[in-house]
Amino acid sequence: METTVAAVATPSGHGGLGAVRISGVDAFSIADKVFCSVSARKIADTAGYRALFGKVVNDGEAVDEAVALVFRAPKSYTGENVVEISVHGGDFVVNRVLRAVLDAGAVLAEPGEFTKRAYLNGKMDLSQAEAVMDIISAEGDEALRAGLEQLGGTVTKKCLEIKEKMTFAAATVAAFSDFPDEEPEFSGIDKLGSRLEEIKVELEKLVSDYDVGRMVKNGINAVIVGPPNAGKSTLMNLLSGFEKSIVTPVAGTTRDVVEETVNLGSVTLKLCDTAGIRDTEDTVEKIGVERSRSRMDTADLVLAVFDGSDGFTAEDEALSDSLNRDISLVVFNKSDKGQPDVSPAEKRGLQWVVMSAENGTGLDKLQEKIMQLTKTANLNGKAAVYLNERQRNCAKRSLKCINEAIDCAGVGFTVDAVGVLIDDALSALMEITGERVTVEVANEVFKRFCVGK
Amino acid sequence: MSYFAGNYDCVVVGAGHAGIEAALAPARLGLRTAIFTINMDSVGNMPCNPSIGGTAKGHLVREIDALGGEMAVAADKNTLQTRMLNRGKGPAVHSLRAQVDRRAYSGYMKHTLELQENLDLKQAEIVDLFKEGDGWHCVTHLGAEYVAKTVILATGTYLKGKIYVGEYSFESGPDGMFPANGLNNALLKLGLPMRLFKTGTPARVLRSSIDFSELEVQPGDREITPFSYSTDPETIDNSAVCYISYTNDRTKEVILRNLHRSPLYGGVIEGIGPRYCPSLEDKIVRFADKERHQLFIEPCGKDTEEMYLQGMSSSLPEEVQIEFYKTIKGLENVKVMRNAYAIEYSCIDPLSLKPTLECKQYDGLFGAGQFNGSSGYEEAAAQGLVAGINAAMKVKGLEPLVLPRSNSYIGTLIDDLCTKGCSDPYRMMTSRSEYRLVLRQDNADERLMPIGYEIGLISEERYNAFKERCELKEKEIERLETTYVSPTEEIGDMLAAKGTAPLKTGASLADLIRRPQVDYKSLAPFDRQRPSLPEEVALKVETEIKYAGYIERQLIQVKELQRLESRAIPESIDYDDVKGLRLEAVEKLKKVMPLSVGQASRISGVSPADISVLLIYLDKKKGENL
Repeated sequence: METTVAAVATPSGHGGLGAVRISGVDAFSIADKVFCSVSARKIADTAGYRALFGKVVNDGEAVDEAVALVFRAPKSYTGENVVEISVHGGDFVVNRVLRAVLDAGAVLAEPGEFTKRAYLNGKMDLSQAEAVMDIISAEGDEALRAGLEQLGGTVTKKCLEIKEKMTFAAATVAAFSDFPDEEPEFSGIDKLGSRLEEIKVELEKLVSDYDVGRMVKNGINAVIVGPPNAGKSTLMNLLSGFEKSIVTPVAGTTRDVVEETVNLGSVTLKLCDTAGIRDTEDTVEKIGVERSRSRMDTADLVLAVFDGSDGFTAEDEALSDSLNRDISLVVFNKSDKGQPDVSPAEKRGLQWVVMSAENGTGLDKLQEKIMQLTKTANLNGKAAVYLNERQRNCAKRSLKCINEAIDCAGVGFTVDAVGVLIDDALSALMEITGERVTVEVANEVFKRFCVGK
Repeated sequence: MSYFAGNYDCVVVGAGHAGIEAALAPARLGLRTAIFTINMDSVGNMPCNPSIGGTAKGHLVREIDALGGEMAVAADKNTLQTRMLNRGKGPAVHSLRAQVDRRAYSGYMKHTLELQENLDLKQAEIVDLFKEGDGWHCVTHLGAEYVAKTVILATGTYLKGKIYVGEYSFESGPDGMFPANGLNNALLKLGLPMRLFKTGTPARVLRSSIDFSELEVQPGDREITPFSYSTDPETIDNSAVCYISYTNDRTKEVILRNLHRSPLYGGVIEGIGPRYCPSLEDKIVRFADKERHQLFIEPCGKDTEEMYLQGMSSSLPEEVQIEFYKTIKGLENVKVMRNAYAIEYSCIDPLSLKPTLECKQYDGLFGAGQFNGSSGYEEAAAQGLVAGINAAMKVKGLEPLVLPRSNSYIGTLIDDLCTKGCSDPYRMMTSRSEYRLVLRQDNADERLMPIGYEIGLISEERYNAFKERCELKEKEIERLETTYVSPTEEIGDMLAAKGTAPLKTGASLADLIRRPQVDYKSLAPFDRQRPSLPEEVALKVETEIKYAGYIERQLIQVKELQRLESRAIPESIDYDDVKGLRLEAVEKLKKVMPLSVGQASRISGVSPADISVLLIYLDKKKGENL
């Protein structure tokens, strides 16, 4: 096997332990880049079937305490050198470990890749193979489903946009080379440099903005809005687990924006509680209301809280009208005081949930709805859609190739070399959709250029 | 009323560019071979452009030569003008093209076939083809019945050929030859998936009717590179010139005004035409904002005044053709000798072929060239050579030749056809190869000559010459890596003149060559011990040093590919039995029936997860058989 691969080896979600498995010739050297044992012993110097205790470090920052299990080829699951790094569970920590491992030079494993390697290295017995086959096909289906869900999403759209530009750049080189009899302006080769720069900028944006890391680290910008005294601060406190906002029964207590980072399942919310939205004469409160509104405009997720026991006022109607269906969730609060009429949400096509922030009933429902909204990748702009690790990896590799192409052209190499690098960038990007580069480029040539002999 | 006329190991139907290679290879490998042509004077005919090579096509011709085919030698012997295209765009896309004397080329090929031991060249139309027992029966229009162990179909545009010119259409092969209709029925009876493709050719016009005085002249190269590794560049004629002119608004106007009379736009032609070689009316409609289209005026031969109008193919009525040709500068008084036409022909869906070019449905039946859905003389010859070799391997009971994508354009061409299929006539392009920097036209011999030698189509003498070239190259690379120069003023001046940084310390000559601005030749004054090397070896040395990083990168990809390529899939596999494959993958795999896991991975609709499932299944089966 030429490459060294890595992937999360434990199921996602909250667990006591999470493990990242690295397999391949460079498994030990890659693991040594991210793992520091307390004994200062290197993994490369550790015998098989031994464990080291230490910590995982990424960008000079400790991620978590960890145990590294060392397996030496051929005595491992895959028959290759394998290191399994176990950390405390939770997607956030495990993904950061994986990130560190990939940054250190491993390639993200395809579904079923460990099994494939195990099999290729003669490590697999047949009954095992049968069992694993079922799992792989299930994973394939899930990936397919996920792919379909993403198809309408912004990330796919963005990838397709970049892909189109890249294909055009590749087709430019192809047309320039394959149809040398055409007139010089035919291929547009003179614009190749600026096209590559453009692609580079977009890829950089893709990698940084649409990064699951950004979502996990910084959280989704979620804002709690609603009329005064609907229970916004109570909800905030419920979610964040301790009193942050001043909760009083007097309407208009929260006059500014209160922020809190909250973990909800695998999603981190950067939650802000805002002043109640109402027409007010109080100057200080007025500023608060304005801030609430501007927060709503930039938020990735809006939790609109209403007192469900109290009926809908004209102000409530107005606020509901201003909600964006794709990123908003209506919370009918105070279910402990009376059952709400959900029709104002229904008729506007808004997602809703009934709960009591006071005693916590309906919290699981709220969590589920938030997950749904954040996962459908339809939330406002960049924060909502995120690349998974595989996609991020593809995008990063693609960016690396584009940078190399720019350098290659910059130092004066011939276009054939530049073209090969663009092809590599394109195939890395296209791994997201599973298309193939040469067919695409040929089609693009025919579509974009008038050629003949 | 048929009579038994003889037994052969291999019968080739059609003596165009595919058929010639398909017949020469088995005959040279000792098989009793017959090749049939509808007209003895159309052997190796060029019914379209009078040239061989071009981008990626030039690569194919070099590869044909390295494997032991004939096309390169024939082109070299009958060249009128030769040019290396894409100089300055990098070694991966350097492509050789030669204007060739059309009749002389045809005569050379006919004579070669006549002189070939074990080979019978016959004029006859094969009108029926069927299998009885192990033998393929080929029946001629005069009732002669030949029985062969293998048959190679290389029917070109003859098969059910039909020519269209405006409102007129008639059954015909190319250049006024008879079409082959009977054979098509026989193939349909065999149940082969036949379909219609279309292509076209421009007019041939009288040289003396052209005013060349204001046309741009395109001469041949000063430095000549032959197609064949065995040809001495000194022997190549390079005296002819071509001319360039352009269409204009009036040309466009004439065409648009008469568009309704085109059988293409009138919907009369069913066949699918090639995207890259559209008729002029097609170009004008599809690229409406383009002001002008270029045309090349090329000589058809030394002993003819016919000139070929490259780029001006059309299926418009003859009088419209004359009208629009006359709008073009230089052609104001042009006399058309042969009109432009579109031709529709029958061919097979190549997904029904194995990468050996044998039919999946029928043992011993092979296809090559346009019959397989490709377009172009070079693509045809490449397939003819592989089909011919594999027919020979079949008869001899040896392993067939399947060239991987990573070692040749020929392999790429055949893999594309048999794995992805084609929806229009397939033309080779450099962009179709993901391994362009490895598959260069200069190193075709290194990639394929050992294979040609092993098969028996490359002589001891040619092989030894090849090994000598390799040694020279390796020694020189070694020498350049270990010869150092110091930062003298002279070197500084040379580097500055080339726009690259001066040397600070000593550097090896190879280090200097690695700079994009510096070439092998310009270092000669600083390299006193330099041996005298043939031009092509010097070029290889320079390329391999300069592009080492990029070549290495591609070689890693090649290695990755080979892992999957080396895993064979047995023909007996039942994909319905493979638990875990997605339905789409099952359907696609059943249709293509790939020979290796590598080939399977290139089928659209087959995912990496499917490939994992397939690998595990294959191992399980292997275990059961033990």
